[in-house]
Amino acid sequence: MPIFKDKQYFRVKLEKEADEALWLRCKSCGELVFKRRVRENNNICPNCGEYFFLTARERIESLIDEGSFEDVSRPIVADDPLGFQDEKSYPQRLEEAQEKTGLPSAIILASAKISQMPVVVGVMEFQFIGGSMGSVMGEQICHGIEEAIRRCCAFILVSSSGGARMQEGIFALLQMVKTTAVRARLARERLPFISVMTYPTTGGVQASIASLGDIIIAEKGAMIGFAGPRVIKETIAEELPKNFQTDAFAIEHGMIDRVVKRENMRGEIETVLRFFQEEAR
Amino acid sequence: MSDERTLDLLETKIQELRELNKVDGLDLSAEISKLEKKLSQMRAELYANLGDWERVRIARNPKRPYSLDYIEKIFSGFYELHGDRISGDDRALLTGLAELDGRKVAIIAQQKGRTPAENKECYFGMVRPQGYHKAIRMMHLAERFGFPLISMIDTPGAYPGLESEENNIGGAIAASIKSMLEIPVPTIAVVIGEGGSGGAVAIGAADRVLMLDNAIFSVISPEGAAAILWKSKERVKEAAAALKLTAPELLEMGVIDEVIAEPLGGAHKDLQQTATALKQSLIHHLNELSEKTIDELMSSRYERYRGIGRYSTVSG
Repeated sequence: MPIFKDKQYFRVKLEKEADEALWLRCKSCGELVFKRRVRENNNICPNCGEYFFLTARERIESLIDEGSFEDVSRPIVADDPLGFQDEKSYPQRLEEAQEKTGLPSAIILASAKISQMPVVVGVMEFQFIGGSMGSVMGEQICHGIEEAIRRCCAFILVSSSGGARMQEGIFALLQMVKTTAVRARLARERLPFISVMTYPTTGGVQASIASLGDIIIAEKGAMIGFAGPRVIKETIAEELPKNFQTDAFAIEHGMIDRVVKRENMRGEIETVLRFFQEEAR
Repeated sequence: MSDERTLDLLETKIQELRELNKVDGLDLSAEISKLEKKLSQMRAELYANLGDWERVRIARNPKRPYSLDYIEKIFSGFYELHGDRISGDDRALLTGLAELDGRKVAIIAQQKGRTPAENKECYFGMVRPQGYHKAIRMMHLAERFGFPLISMIDTPGAYPGLESEENNIGGAIAASIKSMLEIPVPTIAVVIGEGGSGGAVAIGAADRVLMLDNAIFSVISPEGAAAILWKSKERVKEAAAALKLTAPELLEMGVIDEVIAEPLGGAHKDLQQTATALKQSLIHHLNELSEKTIDELMSSRYERYRGIGRYSTVSG
């Protein structure tokens, strides 16, 4: 049953919201820090350098030219194809996630510019049911890739996801195939796909679209892997190394190309875009 | 309602009566035939009302035929190729060449073990990165020589372990999906037992996806879903039902192409019958796919997966 059938699809705008709290406490160093300074500092603690969690909005804002944001997502919302009910119904979970994040789904899809270069960017929102990939996210990613082809520009996907969305069952699982199929079209057009892995990039997202970037960049502090440490411990009772599934682990094992600090991410993407811009077409 | 164990017990007892009938020259045939009738009636009743969780149990039944059992019955001259050409020979994913009804095909098959020794070797059918490397190698071989590809799915999931993660199991699954979508030959996947999540879908991105009647195909195991969503491992029955992971449900949702019938009680009750039905289905689908030009094949494959998903368009 479709939800919000009579509601308007809400477009994402990158307006600064009024924030009552002036200060926040860093979980890492315990220091009270001025919130605005944290914001201006890419959500990095000015005192100890710890990264605060970035919302999808904050993330996209930190990457693109000011004023270049345009929501290009398709106006679609999740169905409940399985009529899924655990302790809550799936439509209820969706509604709560929308309330919490102010987003229609777990991904923002925008056309934007990075240092004047046009791009299509998808950014996952972990606060929206763990950034899980269901039919809507899969479709938005595919639509984003098609938009990039239409606009003849690069596609950037910033992942932050626990994997496939269980509540959509097989439809969620098959988004792995769907996004992979459409990703091949971008390759055929010789347009670059930059995959940015942040905390966390795991499960079905890591085992499909996120691992298929022409260039894969991880943010420092990312978690990257397929099976969660809990599942691994339960299945095989194996002792896991300290750096298991960290950015350092991923680069050591050749899974990714670069590990980049948050404050340098925009610059890195710009470098990559410039390199490929000369090559494309 | 009686369960499978009771029925098996009754079956054993009937067998004993038959033995007795022979040895002592007693005439028990009337009783035997009465019991046989009763047994088949009880079995029909049991399997007419199978819950999703019961199906999961049948799909995982250790007596259930595995890939090699079907390969032997369905194909001729199976010639196994072991190498992934990178790092190892995963015994949970076998590849090889064979003939199906006189036609050369490439086979990718997930294999579970029957004995403890076999299971040690194949990690209970959980595929490691080298297994997917092997699958990809086979896909490329099929592409080069134009062999249709048949993949048989039967895995609890990709192997979750340190070694797997060190060798980028997620990246291997992604690469396997990518290869399977790209090869310009007819591809058919059949789930014969467990279709466990990413580990199954890695070799499931086919032109046709078939399932045996008691096979399952799911985004997560009922145990996993119960632990995460219900916060209780005991609630596997609810999780199994909620996930809609059975073959008839998946057919109804339009994500698979055919459900292949199994004998009452499951494929293990009559391997020959199940294998024959599967063989006929494979030949049928392969014939249909072979009639298409490569362009038609590739574009219908693309449309199939481009269109997967359920959502509503709203005004905006």
